[in-house]
Amino acid sequence: MKQPEEIFEYLKSEFGEEGLGFSTGDIGDPWILIDAALIKAISKFLRDDPEMRFNTLMCLSGVHYPKEEELGVTYHLHSTELHQTVVLKVRVPIEKPNVPSVETIWKTADWHEREAFDMVGLIFDDHPNHKRILLPDDWEGHPLRKDYVQQEFYQGVTTGA
Amino acid sequence: MMEVISKDTGKREMVINMGPQHPSTHGVLRLELVLDGEVIKEAEPNIGYLHRCFEKYAELMDDYAKVIPYTDRMDYVSAINQEHGYVIALERMLELEVPERVEYIRVIMAELQRIASHLLGIGAFGLDLGAFTPFLYCFTEREKILDIFERATGARLLYNYFAVAGLMRDVHPEFKTETSDFVKTFRPKIKELNDLLSYNSIFIKRTANIGVLPEKVAFNYGASGPVLRGSGVKWDLRKNDPYSIYDRFDFEIPVGSGELGTLGDCWDRYIVRVREMEQSLRIIEQALDGMPDEGDVMAAIPKRIRPKEGEIYTRTETPRGELGYYIISDKSASAFRVKARAPSFVHLSMLPAISKGSLIADMVAIVGSIDIVLGEVDR
Repeated sequence: MKQPEEIFEYLKSEFGEEGLGFSTGDIGDPWILIDAALIKAISKFLRDDPEMRFNTLMCLSGVHYPKEEELGVTYHLHSTELHQTVVLKVRVPIEKPNVPSVETIWKTADWHEREAFDMVGLIFDDHPNHKRILLPDDWEGHPLRKDYVQQEFYQGVTTGA
Repeated sequence: MMEVISKDTGKREMVINMGPQHPSTHGVLRLELVLDGEVIKEAEPNIGYLHRCFEKYAELMDDYAKVIPYTDRMDYVSAINQEHGYVIALERMLELEVPERVEYIRVIMAELQRIASHLLGIGAFGLDLGAFTPFLYCFTEREKILDIFERATGARLLYNYFAVAGLMRDVHPEFKTETSDFVKTFRPKIKELNDLLSYNSIFIKRTANIGVLPEKVAFNYGASGPVLRGSGVKWDLRKNDPYSIYDRFDFEIPVGSGELGTLGDCWDRYIVRVREMEQSLRIIEQALDGMPDEGDVMAAIPKRIRPKEGEIYTRTETPRGELGYYIISDKSASAFRVKARAPSFVHLSMLPAISKGSLIADMVAIVGSIDIVLGEVDR
């Protein structure tokens, strides 16, 4: 069982220091910040490496950071074989919110990425079925953005906004 | 209904909508099925009919505690378990000690709720397959649990009972005797249920070898709870990543073994739920013995919830599987972001993979066996 710091060091030795960062809040879980271009390669490595074996993606969340004008994806991984947990984060600018999809690595990401697109407006490159999941296809905007304004009418019916 | 010519095979195929108002979809779920005769070629779940954007509400509330009633409304048949995960997440963020008596009452409540939820799941599963009687037997028992809840919390379905580091109010004085009476009377009922449904040969024919979920696929999709255990994986967060005081109790993790068909079929997932109820009874008995009689359950509740800056992901074992709360705090009075990772959402995403090639009549069995609650899928 490895601690997040050790996993970070291990990743650095494999991928170099470029595009990797480690931070923590005042409380709670630390996370590894990863360059969007690297996320797919690192995910695959974390799943397959004999010392990592992160066979499950517990959760994938989209977040809007209005101050930095960025969108983010948080990946919570767990290895049921080695009982270790790690948090990965990717941040992208709001004008170009493209993140490579990890759907081929963990199928859990399929619906979770669609949800993150639907709610926050992230775009997952190479996702096989990239469309809204909870809201209708012709809905306007992404509700979990901090500056979201609900549309007044949907197909002629008031939405209660 | 629509007829199309398949691009790959040149055969005539039919596209039909199952739902959103279909008795066996356990809520409002629409399945778009592509059929070749009676065989399912493709299935695509369409969800969102119950979407209320819980996560937005959680950000807009001006107090973390005000979100608790909203968590009830996600998986409304196991509301206590939804609250449990959320309050644990906040307690970890605030680094609070939870009084002993509160922990014990919580565990008893959570396990009673697990039984109630499984009874509904099992009863409705039988109902989907045409067995009406067991449904009524299950509901009779579930009613007794709801009566206990009603006396303790004042509500029968959506409780708003757990508070951060406490409970909204203490249980009634007869709580202990009522609960232990229920445990005693309920144990023989499980055997009755087995005779009535589990080993009924029609039921076995409808569920064994149907909707097989292999272990590898289950992990890849992030399955958890009875669905994962039905595929033979001994994985239960109460044991593998203990929270609350679950490490103090002696209980087993029932897993599927393919005893009547293939490992990971509908019957395996079903029987795991039945056997889990027995284990829950064991936990309740031990918790009733250990529960302190004295102690103020409201004393430790903080007046003001202001976590420091940071984030946390907490997961608990609900009757449907792993419920995760990802909470980001920015030091203000409300959360910067709350994400609920709902087990039903994950399990429903597996449906296309496990239903491909099965008959349309078996689709009902497969949907029933993963036991989804649409309130939680759509949130």
